[in-house]
Amino acid sequence: MDLDFNQNDIDFKNEVRDFIKVSYTQEMKDELSRSKNGSASKELHVKWQKSLYEKGWIAPNWPVEHGGPGFTTTQKYIFETEMAHAGAPRTVPFGLSMVAPVLMEFGTEEQKKKYLPDILATNVWWCQGYSEPGSGSDLASLQCKAEDKGDHYLVNGTKIWTTLAQHADMIFCLVRTSKTEKPQEGISFLLIDMKSPGIDVRPLITLDQSPAPYQEVNQVFFEDVKVPKENLVGEENKGWTYAKYLLEFERGNSYSPSLYRGINKLKDIAKDTSIGNGKYLINDMDFVNKLNQCEIEVQALEFVELRIFSALSAGQRVGPESSILKCRGTELQQKIQELSVEAIGYWSSPTVYDSFANINEPSIGPEYAMTITPSYLNGRKTTIYAGSNEIQRNIISKAVLGL
Amino acid sequence: MDFSFSEEQTLLRNTIQSFIQDNYDFDKRREIIQSEEGMSKDNWKQLAELGLLGVPFSENDGGLEFSSVETMIVAEEFGKGLVVEPYIQTVVTCGGFLRRASEAQRQEHLPRLISGDEIWAFAYAEPQGRFNLADIKVSASKSGDDYTLNGDKCVVSAAPWAQKLIVSARTSGDQSDKEGISLFIVDKANDGVSTRDYKTVDGSMASEVSFENVKLNSSSLIGEEGNAHALIELVADETIAALCAEAIGAMSVLNETTVEYCKTRKQFGQPIGKFQVLQHRMVDMFMQYEQSVSMTYMVNLKLEEEDIERSKAASGAKVQICNAAKFIGQSAVQLHGGMGMTDELNVGHYFKRLSMIETQLGNADHHLKKYSLAS
Repeated sequence: MDLDFNQNDIDFKNEVRDFIKVSYTQEMKDELSRSKNGSASKELHVKWQKSLYEKGWIAPNWPVEHGGPGFTTTQKYIFETEMAHAGAPRTVPFGLSMVAPVLMEFGTEEQKKKYLPDILATNVWWCQGYSEPGSGSDLASLQCKAEDKGDHYLVNGTKIWTTLAQHADMIFCLVRTSKTEKPQEGISFLLIDMKSPGIDVRPLITLDQSPAPYQEVNQVFFEDVKVPKENLVGEENKGWTYAKYLLEFERGNSYSPSLYRGINKLKDIAKDTSIGNGKYLINDMDFVNKLNQCEIEVQALEFVELRIFSALSAGQRVGPESSILKCRGTELQQKIQELSVEAIGYWSSPTVYDSFANINEPSIGPEYAMTITPSYLNGRKTTIYAGSNEIQRNIISKAVLGL
Repeated sequence: MDFSFSEEQTLLRNTIQSFIQDNYDFDKRREIIQSEEGMSKDNWKQLAELGLLGVPFSENDGGLEFSSVETMIVAEEFGKGLVVEPYIQTVVTCGGFLRRASEAQRQEHLPRLISGDEIWAFAYAEPQGRFNLADIKVSASKSGDDYTLNGDKCVVSAAPWAQKLIVSARTSGDQSDKEGISLFIVDKANDGVSTRDYKTVDGSMASEVSFENVKLNSSSLIGEEGNAHALIELVADETIAALCAEAIGAMSVLNETTVEYCKTRKQFGQPIGKFQVLQHRMVDMFMQYEQSVSMTYMVNLKLEEEDIERSKAASGAKVQICNAAKFIGQSAVQLHGGMGMTDELNVGHYFKRLSMIETQLGNADHHLKKYSLAS
């Protein structure tokens, strides 16, 4: 057991830094720094992902046979840490880290050939069709149905909270293919072309008030949408197994690198925030103690993550322990956002209507303050999405503690 | 000891409730806050006609001469309705200064305030001062009987709507001295006053206000020159008492809405309110609310006490309200799930207002320190 980097690791770290310096342009930084919900324009995300693709680093978690870079655990750690430290955009997860692992494990050879290369190269934007208005935490009760019409399925129903669906070319969907006593046994996993006739995407405006077309989530409506049979993944009515497999990837990320970034930004804010009497917030021990309590908890999470991920090889999933990461990662993120709002004091109050669209309008108060309250408000979603944290605790108690 | 409300007080509450029912449902409020004006002048006039803009003023000054309990009732009901019209800013805060101003000033200004013809805003915060009401760089230099005002105030709540401002300024002393602070009445139309107006997260409006060689004569000065700090502290505490009342109004709606939602929203074949983990969360929300109501009564009943007692009461209440506002606001969103994240549901709007109340006139940390220092 040791924490040391060898010379190769140090060289790799410098290589990552050099890459960021060249590829993460000032223009991108400016745009992202004004984003209220962490997303930027589609163009920015595609451009960034293509530069990672060309470097061979777009999918650190993919096995080499499918185009993964074959990073060691240490390299992966360095890579994520450097990316987060620089505030680089996160890769959009729906293709790369959600549907791709499912296709690798359960897809046909044809499906792998058809979809994986375009996911790797960001030629196709994916979104996720899981939740429905009546099926949130109780996902298995979903009603969006796909009827067997011989050579195709006919899909009718709706999906909600569909992140960035306005950009998407494809959606992977959980659909009901039969009514069974156990609702889990009648679900299938379908890949649907978003250009199919009968699909309607409507924006949902959230608390951060990012206006369309910069909204984060949507409701997607399906009316008599024809989906070719070949777009079924795995077996009919076995979709629940694949859905759960995917969820462990959705939840099983490392959170700590971006949390450290949040802590560092918060420290900078505290150094810049005057509290009267010639003092700054960083001199206020009440605040600093809260900040450091947070940092210690982030470190605890970081080492949980390192222990878990170092035991895995590329393409392997975390298992139910992913729920630990999801709970702690999202709750710490919210805590940092909460302290950030606290730090900026009265500057938490001015509204920013547009997201990264109004890049030329001067900010009210310090520029860094503009996105802090919207991010805090928007951040409340993280303990709700991908299975609420109440559900995550149920999973841990059942699947880990055996209660 | 008696915590019951009188018949008149209950009548007052009913009057406000029916005003809100008639004029302030969620869709009407949305129209108001999305309009360019950002508030409703008609509503303001109606509040004047109901006599509400005169609640704290003496009968001599044309008011109703009510106590802080009536102000508390008004603010609580406005909190339930998420009213954006600047009642607290104009009537409680600026009114708090004006009712202690000279006879001449009261006669000059109060009739137009009480009739709803003028909205007032208190410009106190400065970028470097955070929550320290004595950390003031805006200066008023005297020559003869006149003053010249220079400097910047930030995030001045309700200033876009206001015709008149009350401004804290330094007439002597160093930047954070408690001595040497004076209060001035400033007409927003004066030469040298400029504003940058904007909407705020909670649907209200505020301004950055700059003063450049603004000429004021001595009739603008409230109280004695250089001696305003104690009055500012007093009026800030009265404002905190009203903000606490507004907050408990908002909390009560969030708690009711959340319980109702958890009774009707079904997952796993039953209402989610049947799950113990959610039940306990709602019980904690309820207990936080009850404690907040109690602390709000406490501070409103202690506003007449000596400075130190009053200040401790206000800080103690604000600490409780800040913590409860955060817990109840966040929990209400969490228990509403994805729906709680949407702009179309009222939950998020209450959450935003509560989040802003946390900061106004000092957050929990600030008031905990203030309480400790006074103990």
